[in-house]
Amino acid sequence: MRSDVDILVIGGGHAGTEAAAVAARMGVRVALVNFDKATIGAMSCNPAIGGLGKGHLVREVDAFDGLIARAADDAAIHYRMLNASKGAAVQGPRIQADRALFKASIQRQLAALPNLTIVEGEAAALRFAPDNVQRVVGVDLADGSSIGCSAVILATGTFLGGKLFRGEERLEGGRIGESSALKLADQIRGSGLPMARLKTGTPPRLDGRTINWAQLDVQPSDDGSWTMSPFTGRRHIPQLFCAVSRTNSETHDIIRSGLDRSPLFGGDIAGQGPRYCPSIEDKIFRFGDRDGHQVFLEPEALDSFLIYPNGISTSLPTDIQMAMVRSMAGLEQCEIVVPGYAVEYDHIDPRALDSSLAVRGIEGLYCAGQINGTTGYEEAASQGLIAGIGAASRFLGREMPALDRSNSYLAVMVDDLILQGVTEPYRMLTARAEYRLRLRADNASTRLTPLALQSRCVGEERTLWFNQRLWEKQALEADFARDFSADQLLRHGLDVKRDAGRMSLYEWLRFPSVTVRDLLAVSRETTWDGDETLLDELEQDGRYAPYIERQENEIRDIAANEKVLLPEWIDYRSIAGLSNEMVERLDAARPENLAAAARVRGVTPAALVAIMVHAKRAQQIRDVAA
Amino acid sequence: MRATDTIFALSSGAPPAAIAVMRISGSNAFCAAEALAGRVPESRRASLALLRDAAGMELDRALVLVFPGPNSATGEDLVELHLHGGRAVVRAVSAALAAFPGLRPAEAGEFTRRAFLNGRMDLNEAEGLADLLSAETEWQRRAAGAMMGGAFSRRIEQWRQEVLVLSALTEAELDFSDEGDVETQNNHKISEGCKKLHDAIRTLVEAPGVEKLRDGLRVVLGGPPNSGKSTLLNALVARDAAIVSDIAGTTRDVIEVPVSIGGMAFLFLDTAGLRDASDDRIEAIGIERTRAAMESADILLWLGEEGTGPDRPHLVEIEAKADDPAHQRKGSRAVKVSAKTEEGLAELVATLTDTAKELLPPPDQYATNARQRDLLAQCVTALAQAASAEDWLITAEHLRQSRLVLDALTGRAHTEDLLDTLFGRFCVGK
Repeated sequence: MRSDVDILVIGGGHAGTEAAAVAARMGVRVALVNFDKATIGAMSCNPAIGGLGKGHLVREVDAFDGLIARAADDAAIHYRMLNASKGAAVQGPRIQADRALFKASIQRQLAALPNLTIVEGEAAALRFAPDNVQRVVGVDLADGSSIGCSAVILATGTFLGGKLFRGEERLEGGRIGESSALKLADQIRGSGLPMARLKTGTPPRLDGRTINWAQLDVQPSDDGSWTMSPFTGRRHIPQLFCAVSRTNSETHDIIRSGLDRSPLFGGDIAGQGPRYCPSIEDKIFRFGDRDGHQVFLEPEALDSFLIYPNGISTSLPTDIQMAMVRSMAGLEQCEIVVPGYAVEYDHIDPRALDSSLAVRGIEGLYCAGQINGTTGYEEAASQGLIAGIGAASRFLGREMPALDRSNSYLAVMVDDLILQGVTEPYRMLTARAEYRLRLRADNASTRLTPLALQSRCVGEERTLWFNQRLWEKQALEADFARDFSADQLLRHGLDVKRDAGRMSLYEWLRFPSVTVRDLLAVSRETTWDGDETLLDELEQDGRYAPYIERQENEIRDIAANEKVLLPEWIDYRSIAGLSNEMVERLDAARPENLAAAARVRGVTPAALVAIMVHAKRAQQIRDVAA
Repeated sequence: MRATDTIFALSSGAPPAAIAVMRISGSNAFCAAEALAGRVPESRRASLALLRDAAGMELDRALVLVFPGPNSATGEDLVELHLHGGRAVVRAVSAALAAFPGLRPAEAGEFTRRAFLNGRMDLNEAEGLADLLSAETEWQRRAAGAMMGGAFSRRIEQWRQEVLVLSALTEAELDFSDEGDVETQNNHKISEGCKKLHDAIRTLVEAPGVEKLRDGLRVVLGGPPNSGKSTLLNALVARDAAIVSDIAGTTRDVIEVPVSIGGMAFLFLDTAGLRDASDDRIEAIGIERTRAAMESADILLWLGEEGTGPDRPHLVEIEAKADDPAHQRKGSRAVKVSAKTEEGLAELVATLTDTAKELLPPPDQYATNARQRDLLAQCVTALAQAASAEDWLITAEHLRQSRLVLDALTGRAHTEDLLDTLFGRFCVGK
């Protein structure tokens, strides 16, 4: 063995880097293995971080002192709050990132972690204990060396059995110009884990110098002051603008003329692609009646002319791509620097994982990121965080932080993945979170940093920042607990009804005409010199308080069902009253408790009661036997 | 969990009777049958056997039927003993069963509860069964049959699908509208959809409930003292239910008489005559009750002066004592009745049954019970709020609430409480 570490992470993408970093922050010795040191932290697809649902994930990873939000701020050349006109719970912070700056920030953050080692090389095979083939003890590298460890986190993205498609061309690989992990894929395929294939795609990269920008509507960076990580404090990179072009009927005709040469339609790609982020040929095929689709032209870096045309991911042949691009306004003279392509890759059925993303039945093996059937940097980073905490907690003999669907998108995603599996690349949406009124991007620190502190994965600097913020928050809450009458508010010029009565300032926030800053003036008669984001957070808490309170009962009921544990060995086949379909789904997902079983699709109320009765009975029989 | 126990109970009516049916359900049911009858007879075939207790004493000569689970009524191994229906026989067999290890008497509704737990029926079907078992009239039986047959559950599922569609449209506004590739401006479509669904569900909430079928339509006889209310009631129910005399104010309390006419249940209420300024405190209380009864009337038979009755939707003017030449005359819309000569009684009964057909749930359709109406009413409220909310997030939240309520109707939420409430309605042996 060349070296010896506690946790070894394979893959230096968004999942792998978060996993390695959080484990290192928790104090265990970590090795991160990647083909090439230089590609660690690379953004392989669109140069943007955040968005609807995704922005929430970024903030949550950040609340655990993760890398992605700070790297995003270090690289942000364009800020935009999506859904800015809608309720705060569905607003999604999103930035355009300079690829080079992003990667550099990730590498810098990793380098600052003393117990993290980066290993350049190809992980060729997992090594199992000689006396127990269900326990991982290390990894063999392609150069013949080995690294011993007590847990491996697989974060190989699309590199597992990755295959690239562009028109009639075929290439092995996970990303253009990089090889795929074939040997490892063979071993994992042979291990009996349930596997399937998915596909994703990327658009051509354009030469910005050949775009007629004057002809296009531009979208400047917003003029707010928010940042991806509230810890960052302020924006510090020059801001660029994006522009919008649009496909038209000519574009659509060109695409149709090439459909027979598209691997997606020729049947060469069997894997299912994402409905939420379809290729342009998919869009034309499925929404043929639309007269056009928006194409966002996003700059890739401050010092690069590369432009990422968001909305036209494609695997059409290069000549068709060229004609398609040039049919759009502003792009008539445009040059393609790298044509788009589709990639088909192996993923494991995430229902084989538990809630720490450990593979059930194989000790010390974790999977995170695209390998679990998800799409997106944010989804990958979030899973990296969970798997990293999971592996480190297990190594250190600690509990996992108490994440659940009512406190985080992180848990919503993990729960969805391990219970429902995937039929298409999984992307986070706010609609997936039933308690989203309380899961806002703006309150991620308040929700999760206390849990992160318990898990001891927060650095000293952020701990100080958080404690200061908490102290300010408590002072503010004490202020807002005081009662004021409608008359008092009217005297301060607030727009309330005289007969509205007397209530705490916090309760007054339920009235949309009343803002937190108005009330602050009533209460303190001074300005707020603390953290500004705390004011917005309090205002939103107050606005939606009646709805959030109503959900409490629901969450309590679920908590009761979570206490009914469903042991790993339950034989669903032996429970009367379950359909074959239910047995199959329950068997694949192995829900950890009754509340989780209730969420497995197709499980009926009667079935749930039968499962509960059976579980209790089976446990009793076991207890008596033991 | 006690569901591992084997349970038994007398499933037929109280002895003495010609036959008494004893049911045994659970994993030890067949052992118990073997111990009593000396063998387990062929499945699903009635066979005659001599039952003996553990000491070998003869108990009864009975028909024994065995149904192996899971394809039995309870989903478990099930035995039926058709005994001679004497009290002593039933007592002796019960004692022998109770002495058998792992067997205990069933609690109320426990057989049905097991059927539900073992996936043999869903919650609404179980409620339908409870109603069917307590059905006394033909209309009640048909409505319970519709509930048990799953028609209601199918309707709920259909509404649930409609809410899901509305939710999906709302979520598209929230999650995709900023990406420029989703048809937005669904605003109108969503609020219209909520309103339409709201109206449909409200119609069911406001429709007569299953209680009306069971408890009967309330037909109140009202009018001044001595106007012939009690006499008419007696003629209608064909027995002396109310005390009749010609002293004004004889009926001091409200008398209730349940009657089934034409397969429909009615509850006739005879009231104290309405008159002002009574010195009699007891009679004053009676008059107060009369007012309350008239308030709650589904049909009011008014025997007082024409046009002086309370303002009720289904008021029938009655010209009573039609045989008495001195009786009070009314207009042509009034039903002329004589209790003595039975003149007009058939016409009055026809009027009652015609009105009842409007007021009762139509035959062969399910009618909702209080639990179902309460949940549906919550759904109606949530949909109204979803339709009027100006914040998409709140619309989505109300739609989610309505989905939860519809889930609760089929028993997804609050499972334990609901089961206890539901199965508490059954008697032992069902």
